[in-house]
Amino acid sequence: MNEPLQFILNDRQLSVEVPPGLLVLDLLREHLRQVGTKEGCREGDCGACVVLVGELSGDGVRYRAVTSCLMPAGELAGKHLITIEGLRAPVLSSLQEAIVEEGASQCGFCTPGIVLSLTGALLERSEPMDAAAVKTALGGHLCRCTGYRSLKAVRHALEDSPVGVPALVGSGELPGWMLTIPQRLRALGPDTTTNGAASPGRAIAGGTDLYVQQGDALAEDASVQVLGNRADLRGIVDKEDSLWIGPSTTFEQLAESDAIRRLVPEIRAYMDDIASVQIRNRATVGGNLVNASPIGDVTILLLAFDTHLALTAPDGAERTVPLRRFYRGYKDIDLGPGELVTGITVRKPPSGAVVSWEKVSKRRSLDIASVNSALLIHSSGDTIESATLTFGGVAPVPFLAAQTSSWMAGKPLNAETVREAGEYVQREIAPISDIRGSASYKRLLARQLLWAHITTLFPDQVQLEALYEEH
Amino acid sequence: MKNIDGALHVRGEAEFVDDERRPVDLAFAAVCGSPVAHGRLKQIDVAEAEDMEGVLAVVLAADLPGDNEVGPIIQDEPLLASTLVRYIGHPVALVVADTATRAREAAAAIDLSIEELPPVVDPRRAFEAGEIIGSTRTFECGEPDGAWQSCAFVAEGRCDLGGQEHVYLETQRARATPLEHGRLHVSTSTQSPYAAQKHIAKVLGVPNNHIEVDVRRLGGGFGGKEDQATHWACFAAVGAWASGRPVEIVLRRDEDFRHTGKRHPYSADFKLGADEEGRIVVFEALHYQNAGATADLSPGVLERTLYHATGSYRVPNARLFAASCRTNIPPNTAFRGFGGPQGMFVIEAALARLSEVSGIPRATLQERNLLRPGDVFPYGQPVEDNRTRRAWHRAVQRFRLEERLAAAETFNAQHFAVKKGVAVMPVTFGISFTTTFLNQAGALVHVYTDGSVSVTTGGVEMGQGLTTNIALTVAKAFGIDPSRVRVETTNTTRVANMSPSAASSTTLLNGNAALEACRQIRERLLRVGAGLVETDLSTLDIKADRLLKDGLPTDIAWEDLVAAAYLKRIDLSAHGFFATPGIHFDKVQETGHPFAYHAGGTAIVEVTLDCLRGRYAIDAVRIVHDVGRPLSRTVDLGQVEGGLAQGLGWMTVEDLQYDDRGRLMSKNLASYKVPDAFFMSDTLEVEFLDDADEVLGPFGSKAVGEPPLMYGIGVFFALREAMRAFAPEARLPFHAPLTPERVLMGIHARVAAELSA
Repeated sequence: MNEPLQFILNDRQLSVEVPPGLLVLDLLREHLRQVGTKEGCREGDCGACVVLVGELSGDGVRYRAVTSCLMPAGELAGKHLITIEGLRAPVLSSLQEAIVEEGASQCGFCTPGIVLSLTGALLERSEPMDAAAVKTALGGHLCRCTGYRSLKAVRHALEDSPVGVPALVGSGELPGWMLTIPQRLRALGPDTTTNGAASPGRAIAGGTDLYVQQGDALAEDASVQVLGNRADLRGIVDKEDSLWIGPSTTFEQLAESDAIRRLVPEIRAYMDDIASVQIRNRATVGGNLVNASPIGDVTILLLAFDTHLALTAPDGAERTVPLRRFYRGYKDIDLGPGELVTGITVRKPPSGAVVSWEKVSKRRSLDIASVNSALLIHSSGDTIESATLTFGGVAPVPFLAAQTSSWMAGKPLNAETVREAGEYVQREIAPISDIRGSASYKRLLARQLLWAHITTLFPDQVQLEALYEEH
Repeated sequence: MKNIDGALHVRGEAEFVDDERRPVDLAFAAVCGSPVAHGRLKQIDVAEAEDMEGVLAVVLAADLPGDNEVGPIIQDEPLLASTLVRYIGHPVALVVADTATRAREAAAAIDLSIEELPPVVDPRRAFEAGEIIGSTRTFECGEPDGAWQSCAFVAEGRCDLGGQEHVYLETQRARATPLEHGRLHVSTSTQSPYAAQKHIAKVLGVPNNHIEVDVRRLGGGFGGKEDQATHWACFAAVGAWASGRPVEIVLRRDEDFRHTGKRHPYSADFKLGADEEGRIVVFEALHYQNAGATADLSPGVLERTLYHATGSYRVPNARLFAASCRTNIPPNTAFRGFGGPQGMFVIEAALARLSEVSGIPRATLQERNLLRPGDVFPYGQPVEDNRTRRAWHRAVQRFRLEERLAAAETFNAQHFAVKKGVAVMPVTFGISFTTTFLNQAGALVHVYTDGSVSVTTGGVEMGQGLTTNIALTVAKAFGIDPSRVRVETTNTTRVANMSPSAASSTTLLNGNAALEACRQIRERLLRVGAGLVETDLSTLDIKADRLLKDGLPTDIAWEDLVAAAYLKRIDLSAHGFFATPGIHFDKVQETGHPFAYHAGGTAIVEVTLDCLRGRYAIDAVRIVHDVGRPLSRTVDLGQVEGGLAQGLGWMTVEDLQYDDRGRLMSKNLASYKVPDAFFMSDTLEVEFLDDADEVLGPFGSKAVGEPPLMYGIGVFFALREAMRAFAPEARLPFHAPLTPERVLMGIHARVAAELSA
């Protein structure tokens, strides 16, 4: 029997008994027959099923737009779920009105999810909605009828909308019951259960790939462990010579962290190429590492750093593994049965070291890389002191180009070195042809992305004209 | 006026098939499809599936009570395969169970013994092997053989065009409910309610009047539900017949990708001859269409490729050949443009090559060869208006083409590895079903005694705004407010034998049918009005919900007039019918007048290419488009922008790939990417051509669904310009989509080969 799951759906407190791994989408459409939420792809790529999930944060509730097709119902415990059924006030909100006025709904199938994402953006912002905020919110949505211009145009109606839940309720943008949610969530209490099983089975972190790979099996399995509710697995701690990252930290939380920004100054810009905000609100750092995809975007970044994983076995035994030794083969990782990643420690590089991350995919946003790459490089004057170059998409595992990295150390920082490194790296990579690109394309990309790293980081020392000179 | 269902959409109240309330005994269906692309079915073992708990029925071809045949043009497509499987996903068995999960599990438990045969995926190989569907077609005009010696320039080449998945956000689905007398009610997401009705009746062996098909709205269709929704309606119906219960079938995205056909990939050879000034003298093209495993609508698609093989250009001498080639992938089908885009791409490629061999700028060549009134298309229809040129000149002037070309040149001179490209794309697209008999439609209009109006047409709302257009048309015809008009579901018991909602013609046909019904009722009402105000019929009119006499309001409101008519026992209902006049085509001579008119305009596409990474951005698309006098500017603008987005996607990131064993490699939305809000430029400017009323359209309106898709072709040539700016010596193939991979490899071909050596 499943443990009762208590949460608030719009203005109703519910207690349901369902397997913890059941998708929130299926809970809504199949079990509760709340059919305003649509299923478009069941893999987080279309946004038709987007809902808002709120949890207590300080005095208020923090809302995140997520794809309900990738979220385990068990993670709703103690939270507030807003669906389109909750946004059916007698009078349309100014957002809803704007979509109608701009002609931004055509067939209407993708519209409910878009309303939720834009409502989430209104809820979360502290400044007026600008074009970039609207585009970010639309980013995880596919609309096959419009050309998105009409959807982007709704920002004109949102520019002057007030900030904060009480003001949004006051202006009719949100229903009145929104004001009662913080108190009701506190009464409900934070839920720290992972599930009702005596011996926890398969663990689900963000689920953004796991559900795509084995969704049906997870949905019916009463023993899955939902990690999202465990407070001990979240957070980022800035220590003296390292950063501790909780494995359940989401990509979006990573990008919001000042400590991470000090380590990776361009993390916010990288995130736009990594995934939509709706996926970044689900995808976790630990999940990305354990999933062991050879093209994991955050994995490739962390692999360039001296990163260690703390692993905890079911009996409580702990051990530490360097990320560089974690990957043994395709989807084969150094993780025992029942063992969980319980902490990620990233050693801070020497001062003066700089990092660059690059990704090329078919579509620039919310797509899987053909090749991605990171370079952590420390130079003094015109000499490369040390370099760590990583690639995704060129090997069965997230790949540390160890030979090229050590070859680069001590070399002068100039076009000749970079050109030679681009050729040198070909010896140690072994890409295969697949839907993400041909092997020869990936080889070319490996060179190009190395060139991109250097010319981005050292525009004064190395210019593309010089790199292309012979060609 | 805005979308009439907009408020429902934004509240999530717009209902799709599987949103309808579920009866307690609703059962669910799933299909078992072939795991191989080509093979002989030796044995189908359903024992394990049948024994599974919750399984209600397993249906094979032999169990069907009627004809196992759903081919729309050629009878070559069984609903369930029984001897040959011809593509991966080819349905072999239908399972009905008490839950959708159980149905899928049982379908997976069916054991198929198949003797594999070699598959063919490439259309040229299929052509060589004689695997041709229907007959090959050739359009010819002038003296194509004798014209070559007078040419100053000859451009030759080959084009390869990828297919395109529809990605309607709502996948295929249907629900069938048994009724008394052995009848079935089928609620489904189809562009062709009548096709669903007649094929269900055929498969079940009952008359058409036993099957009621009802369609409220589609979550997108784009051609993908013109013919191929029929199968899923049939499966729901067969499931209901077999189990005696209401049965729903809803495809998951990956299933929809696997089972359904897409836009046809094509391969083509071209040869274009021009004089010193670049005027086209002669054009030859050979189009090899990858039809997939069965005919589906491929012969019609092929025909439209030929109609549009010369694009917006005057071609005095031409030989245009096309063959529909049978391969082992799912049957390809209608997709917005219907073969037209593939035809137009080739002539644009030929002009690009001509520009490269002659040194005359591409836009100059395009302009010089644009159609003029009096020119004749290779299929014999004359050009009757000057709108192709008007739209071109308006776009060039309004959007300052010369400045943009010059700015790109300056930018490219100043930037080493970032290049800009600008391309112009004119579109001239024929409007009508090229199968002449399909150009007919019916509508049923009721006026209730309170003055409210109900209208049913044969057209389907699929996001294109038909409901809005029909409501506006009826309101305008009656002289009443649109809020009085309710557009009903499309239902085969209210309007019979409807043509599919397709060919950009749905408002043209159904709007005119509704107009005709309104005309009848209005005339009856005016007669009643003439009696009430004791005047001559000719002095009366209805405007703004009121009877007018000599243009001035009377004290008789619309609802009073209606009530008076009712009391006088006047019929307040009417059926209207419309058939497009003046169209014909002779398929033996390959000449005629197949189109009511042409629609289109001109687009200017600008891109920026990151030559280091092969990444690119669409900076702006600016369009002058001919929509006649729009019924709703909002609706028509949505069609232009949405069509453009699909065209841009088809040419760039929508990379449909089958491997040589017929396996779909781009099998879901994780591996098949369509334009999103970031991909699409923030700068889309659309101006409607002014003074462009269309005589045949309701109230001067014009077909708009398909033509804008072909503006997307411009992005290919804009990118090509940018690529050539970086690598002038590169030999760039005409291979679409122009993915970041093809771009990067195109401008680094030599080094890529070296690195891989």
